[in-house]
Amino acid sequence: MRWRTLLRPGDWLVMALGAALVAASLPLLWQGGFAERAIVRQDGQVFAEVDLRNRRQLEVPGPLGTTLISVEPGRARVVADPGPRQYCVRQGWLARPGEIAICAPNRVSVQIAGRTRTYDSLSY
Amino acid sequence: MTASVTELTVTDEDRRIAWLATAAVALALVDAAIPSPLPGVKPGLANIVTLVVLLRHGWTTAAWVSGLRVLAGSLLLGNFLAPGFFLSLTGTVFSLAVLAAARFLPPRWFGPVSLSILAAFAHIGGQLLLARLWLIPHDGVFLLTPVFAAAALAFGTLNGLIAARLLAETPAMEPAS
Repeated sequence: MRWRTLLRPGDWLVMALGAALVAASLPLLWQGGFAERAIVRQDGQVFAEVDLRNRRQLEVPGPLGTTLISVEPGRARVVADPGPRQYCVRQGWLARPGEIAICAPNRVSVQIAGRTRTYDSLSY
Repeated sequence: MTASVTELTVTDEDRRIAWLATAAVALALVDAAIPSPLPGVKPGLANIVTLVVLLRHGWTTAAWVSGLRVLAGSLLLGNFLAPGFFLSLTGTVFSLAVLAAARFLPPRWFGPVSLSILAAFAHIGGQLLLARLWLIPHDGVFLLTPVFAAAALAFGTLNGLIAARLLAETPAMEPAS
């Protein structure tokens, strides 16, 4: 038996409507805009706001030492940190608005921001 | 030994529901064994049974079979009353509600595939709603809606085709003698 014969005319209509629904929901995937800036905070105060268009390295002093932050087009990460557990370093590249890496021992955080602030923070 | 006071009479309908629910539970277990890239994206093979039962035996029997499948399936998988149980219960309730209305669509135009797709979208819609209201009270839940919707469309179509083929190839069961 051929599978095609199992489909009735209305089934095609429902499939098309389903596909339209999926297509309509696609913008949700990049809701929140694109990554545009990295906000670096030290002890809760904004230390620097870096545009994510250019390549840059930042050295942020903290109570334990220097946290090294690397910025590339569209993304940013913590490269080195004096903290004991290295969570913020292991988080790797941050590329979506709202993503944040927090180096708590050294009181440094890097957050990605888009045009609109949709979330306070995102963590995985 | 004292004779039992309550007598439970088992009707043929009860037996049929039990057998069909068993088939649905077996498929639900197969479903759970299939690795999934994302929680929530599952083939939902047990819904094939729901669809066949709906079209052969009516909505009430289908509701019984689905309900028993959710209950027995969760007991076997060990997530009874865990969040996963409530998610699957909500999905089932939503899809049964949609099927209750959709079964009145003219059968000449809309076959099992339509019912399956509609039920799949209702299923994931209900689950997203519950997740938003209860498990993750944050709009971030809806970020993955396109993925879930695409899965609902794909698996809904697939399950509908399988159900349609089962219905076409097996003759209607005569009442158990």
